[in-house]
Amino acid sequence: MSVVSCTDLSVHMGGKGILAAVSLSIEAGRVTAIVGPNGAGKSTLLSCLAGLMEPSSGTAALDGVALSAIKPRDRARRLAFLPQTPEIAWAVDARTLIELGRTPFIGARGQTAQDRVVVDRAMAAANVSELGHRIVDTLSGGERARVLIARALAGEPEWLLADEPLTGLDPAHQLDAAALFRRLADDGIGVVLTLHDLSMALRLSDRIIVLADGDVLVDEPPATALSAEVLNRAYGIEATLTQGPGGPLIDVIRRT
Amino acid sequence: MRPVSRRLLYAGLLVSLLVLSGLSLIAGKVWVPWNAWISPEVDPRWAIVFELRLPRTLLGLAVGAALGLSGAVLQGYTRNPLADPGVLGVSAMAALGAVLTLYYGVTAIAPWALPVAAVSGALIGVAILMLLSGSASSLVTFILAGAILNILSSAGVSLALSLAPNPWAVNEIVDWLMGSLADRSFEEVTMAVPLIALGCGLMLTTGRALDALTLGEVGARSLGISMSRTRWTLAVGVALAAGASVAVTGVIGFVGLVTPHLLRPLVGARPGALLVPSILGGAVIVLAGDIFVRLTPTAGEVKLGVAMAALGAPFFLVLLLRLRRTIA
Repeated sequence: MSVVSCTDLSVHMGGKGILAAVSLSIEAGRVTAIVGPNGAGKSTLLSCLAGLMEPSSGTAALDGVALSAIKPRDRARRLAFLPQTPEIAWAVDARTLIELGRTPFIGARGQTAQDRVVVDRAMAAANVSELGHRIVDTLSGGERARVLIARALAGEPEWLLADEPLTGLDPAHQLDAAALFRRLADDGIGVVLTLHDLSMALRLSDRIIVLADGDVLVDEPPATALSAEVLNRAYGIEATLTQGPGGPLIDVIRRT
Repeated sequence: MRPVSRRLLYAGLLVSLLVLSGLSLIAGKVWVPWNAWISPEVDPRWAIVFELRLPRTLLGLAVGAALGLSGAVLQGYTRNPLADPGVLGVSAMAALGAVLTLYYGVTAIAPWALPVAAVSGALIGVAILMLLSGSASSLVTFILAGAILNILSSAGVSLALSLAPNPWAVNEIVDWLMGSLADRSFEEVTMAVPLIALGCGLMLTTGRALDALTLGEVGARSLGISMSRTRWTLAVGVALAAGASVAVTGVIGFVGLVTPHLLRPLVGARPGALLVPSILGGAVIVLAGDIFVRLTPTAGEVKLGVAMAALGAPFFLVLLLRLRRTIA
């Protein structure tokens, strides 16, 4: 089983500490949610785990090998990353965009039939098979998010690290995306998500890591991770955990 | 885009290039028909074709290719359809380098000094662009960085002009600055073409990186693209191709801006798919422009750079008006 880990990972930016000696290890085949208040360092941690940001000290590793020691192309073959605000610079069609996910695999001879099969499969998995010819500018927010997920899946990654993939999606599309992440994890892919929606984190994930002030506050299964005390310490809110008809629910009462 | 229509596009561009190259040898103040091409004994107009128009045509092809590709590559890298070596000040920096060698009269002693200075100027220009824009490369930063380079180099050129030792030097500099393919010899061809070929070769290797940059810098890096390698390959490639072009023809603007823009509806917006068509398209535009200026019924020949600017400025305006919606 593949493992993404970090040891004493610290990041300072502009004299300010973002992450302070974070150590953790995440296994594939599960959905791991990283939650925490704004500025807690969620995105920074995810970028480091994706090998896209060089930590100030400490290391991030994939199966025990430091990410900085892995060739970018090899890393990209195993690990897909979805940024929080994805940029799409040109008005290409959705299929062309999704094919970019094959970039780390494509040799001098260009796309092969095998590449096309994989892209078809990724498009089917993300439910965007019919959108292939649409220009990305004309897609709705939900469609665009699914196309970007398909782009990530087109690399057949062992890991999918997504920074707030559910933000900006309506509830129905959130459920679709959540179901897709669940399915990927069941297929053995390591899914690591940063989330703002705590109820969603409880329902979707197998493990919740609560970051506060650049440090891991709690790292536990959802059943125990988000206690009233943790929510108070991390977010400064008074909240209770209740059981709704759709699953666990965080009910925020007031600021503390 | 389906491969058949892509083949059609290439066929169309190649046929246009062949026709225009033939026309470029025939057309001018003196029309030279095909049958005069056989040998100098048969027809003295042979010299016009092979000593004047052949190098002019070859340079037109090479410079057009260089400018078209530089434009496509810079637009891909900056993710900005307004980018081109002229707008971003790369050509102007190359011109400044060249003008300094003209000013100091170095070219009389060492003819290779001109292309070296022009390429160096272009390289400094691209490097400054990349440093100024950094990782927070928004459309506005790039255009402003280009504006700064353009101001800087035009100030340098003005200084050289105002301090020029004699009116002939001024004349030479001004004449050269306007951009033209007229009266070029094989000397210029052998000087520029290898540099342009090398630059184009480097730029062509960046296709996949430019495609990946559609997803922004973070997106491209997550796909395993090395940004620093891309940046430097591109900088050296653009500097060699655009610098060598400016060295032999002066500043011919807007080719790099217009070419990818005209081709985008035909090949799609994927930056990598635009590279080879932009080589051919740039060559078509420069050759066509050069034939056009040769045939204008004026006493002296209209400078190609001036004609391109006259056509390109309104084009730039239309592009800007269309983009205004997305920027604002």
